[in-house]
Amino acid sequence: MKPYRAHLLVCAGTACVSCGSFKIKDALEGEVKKRNLQDEVLVIGTGCNGFCERGPIVLVQPDGVFYQLLKVEDIPFLVEEHLLKGRPVKKLMYVPPAEKEPIPKMKDIEFFKHQRLVVLRNRGRIDPEKVEEYIAFDGYEAMAKALTEMSPEQIIAEITASGLRGRGGAGFPTGKKWQICRQSKGRPKYIICNGDEGDPGAYMDRSVLEADPHAVLEGMVIGAKAIGAEKGFLYIRNEYPLAVKRVEIAIRQAKEYGLLGKDILGTGFDLELEIVQGAGAFVSGEETSLMASIEGRRALPRQRPPFPADSGLWGCPTNINNVETWANIPLIINRGAAWFASIGTEKSKGTKIFSLVGKINNTGLVEVPMGITLRQVIFDIGGGLKNDKKFKAVQTGGPSGGCLPAAKLDLPIDYETLTQAGSIMGSGGMIVMDEDTCMVDVARYFLNFTQEESCGKCVPCRVGTRQLNEILTRITQGLGEPSDLDKLGSLTDTIAAGSLCGLGQTAPNPVLTTLKYFRDEYEAHIRDKSCPAGVCRALIAYYILPEKCVGCLLCKKNCPVEAISGESKKVHVIDQDKCVKCGACYDVCPVKISAVAKLTGRRKDEVLGRSGATGEGR
Amino acid sequence: MADQKKLRIQDLAAIRDKTRAMLTIREGSGRAKVTVHMGTCGIAAGARDIMDALLDEILKQGVGDVIVTTSGCVGLCSREPMATVELKGQPPVKYVDLNPQKMRRILSEHVLAGRPVAEYALAIGSETMF
Repeated sequence: MKPYRAHLLVCAGTACVSCGSFKIKDALEGEVKKRNLQDEVLVIGTGCNGFCERGPIVLVQPDGVFYQLLKVEDIPFLVEEHLLKGRPVKKLMYVPPAEKEPIPKMKDIEFFKHQRLVVLRNRGRIDPEKVEEYIAFDGYEAMAKALTEMSPEQIIAEITASGLRGRGGAGFPTGKKWQICRQSKGRPKYIICNGDEGDPGAYMDRSVLEADPHAVLEGMVIGAKAIGAEKGFLYIRNEYPLAVKRVEIAIRQAKEYGLLGKDILGTGFDLELEIVQGAGAFVSGEETSLMASIEGRRALPRQRPPFPADSGLWGCPTNINNVETWANIPLIINRGAAWFASIGTEKSKGTKIFSLVGKINNTGLVEVPMGITLRQVIFDIGGGLKNDKKFKAVQTGGPSGGCLPAAKLDLPIDYETLTQAGSIMGSGGMIVMDEDTCMVDVARYFLNFTQEESCGKCVPCRVGTRQLNEILTRITQGLGEPSDLDKLGSLTDTIAAGSLCGLGQTAPNPVLTTLKYFRDEYEAHIRDKSCPAGVCRALIAYYILPEKCVGCLLCKKNCPVEAISGESKKVHVIDQDKCVKCGACYDVCPVKISAVAKLTGRRKDEVLGRSGATGEGR
Repeated sequence: MADQKKLRIQDLAAIRDKTRAMLTIREGSGRAKVTVHMGTCGIAAGARDIMDALLDEILKQGVGDVIVTTSGCVGLCSREPMATVELKGQPPVKYVDLNPQKMRRILSEHVLAGRPVAEYALAIGSETMF
């Protein structure tokens, strides 16, 4: 076979697929063929490249040129110019916010420059549906080494020495976990890969499974040898069809090649792996409820001890690790514990994947060494906030995490410092909020989520999260009372102390941290009936400033409820009784006029009078 | 049939080396980079045949780590077809007035053996792509 002179790596992670990357791939293949380049140029679909904000994405190798926000119409020009004539196409390259010149090469783009790819080393580099490509980059070598040269004790010692901790959120040392399960007497033993990723806005595990499924399988075989397990499960949520498909293909190929199943690589070691699809309940990510779900029961957590290492699936010793944890294993075996331990901080080793979302310029998936500061992730990699807004808070660790203010931006990211600040590492969600975010409303949003997802087993969590949600809702409606703050305090304590599982124990975190760092906002809502960020509808009113209005009719035309009256070139007026506070007038009023004002609190009362205030937010 | 596919430890390295050679290109690095200039002038002068000969020779000699790429017009249209050879750590050499035979010889002598073919060369140096 003739070697290809160029490879077009089309991102085929879920985010890019949803904005049409399969169509781009088809168009590229068609155009390459039309130009008779099909023997010279290869088009491949890869796992998530990470820069989801800019999808669909194509990387041209060996030139390293990064094309983004592609449309099917761009493809003929791209192929003709770059591949036929060798002229990279500037207009399809990435231009950083507030700059004019595009950056041609992926490695020079800030978003990629500061990342350290360990777990995601194969993202955008291999075709995840071809085991040969995984093998090409030293895949399954660690497994071969572990199966032939290492005893279970040696494997565990290596993992322990590396300092790897669980990437699912709690950060329990992985080597220790394996050791406990290894020493457990029961038979058979099971291993589980926890791919039930339920945090809103988080997709680290999905991306690993989609981009490099064999890394997870290889990690599991090594773990199985260390622990003495002969059967394993990958619990992947049903909402991840692409991840499920890629893992299915990976398992099938690995079995065909003798990399899984009976007598792996002729070493006599057996491991069967099976996918279990979860129905997507948040609580299923908790280990005991996940196991209940695999057994076919309702996903409810149970009391620990006994821990899964002693009594897990069907009462047998079970070791459960997160997707990202498993994917770290082959590298540690291959490159050694000392190498792994050289990355990160004293107590948190290695790298961590974060999904960077919210009001940020570069939304996407990033892998960074532990110990990097929040500021570096948000401003250097994430490119700062959208529309030059001011940073207000970042929520780490999903709905169970806390919101950290600007004063905490220089915190190094590791398990301990985040916990001390009142948040958690969690599985790696990172939601960035700007000055237009109301922190009380954010706390209410997350509590609404945890309340809906509470399995209902423990009363403090089931009833407590509901109460929290109701109090927070009342506060956002302007019906808060001074005593509410104390009530919130005692409720959060009770829920944290009286819940069996991590979901309940951490559910109050968003309330606790917003109370701690943004107490003034709660007080403004309760005391002044004011929402400083202008979010809570019951507390704000839109008002047209007579001295600024030029009578252009724009707001009148855009008002969905016909609450605005006025004629051309005459001042318009909003009927506060009809207004539903959708903000349409505020958005359409031209910036240079800015006649629509958002009023809240005392100023609202002064301008509109008490009677002008409406009680009910819609 | 299925069992024939089952790998042994030693098979892994064989698959790795074979596939890796094909994938070097994705890492954007190789021992050498050959740029065939394919502006309109180059194509008209026969750059297509140069490219075909180059890829064919690479296949024949079983070379896995040479990167082949294209670029636009260099500005010296009268001397097309042209190609630039860059060995890792050495200055680029620009070749002019090529034909397929010359290209094959350049691959064998310069790219693979490290001895630039002086009689076909125009100069040392190259324009930058970006």
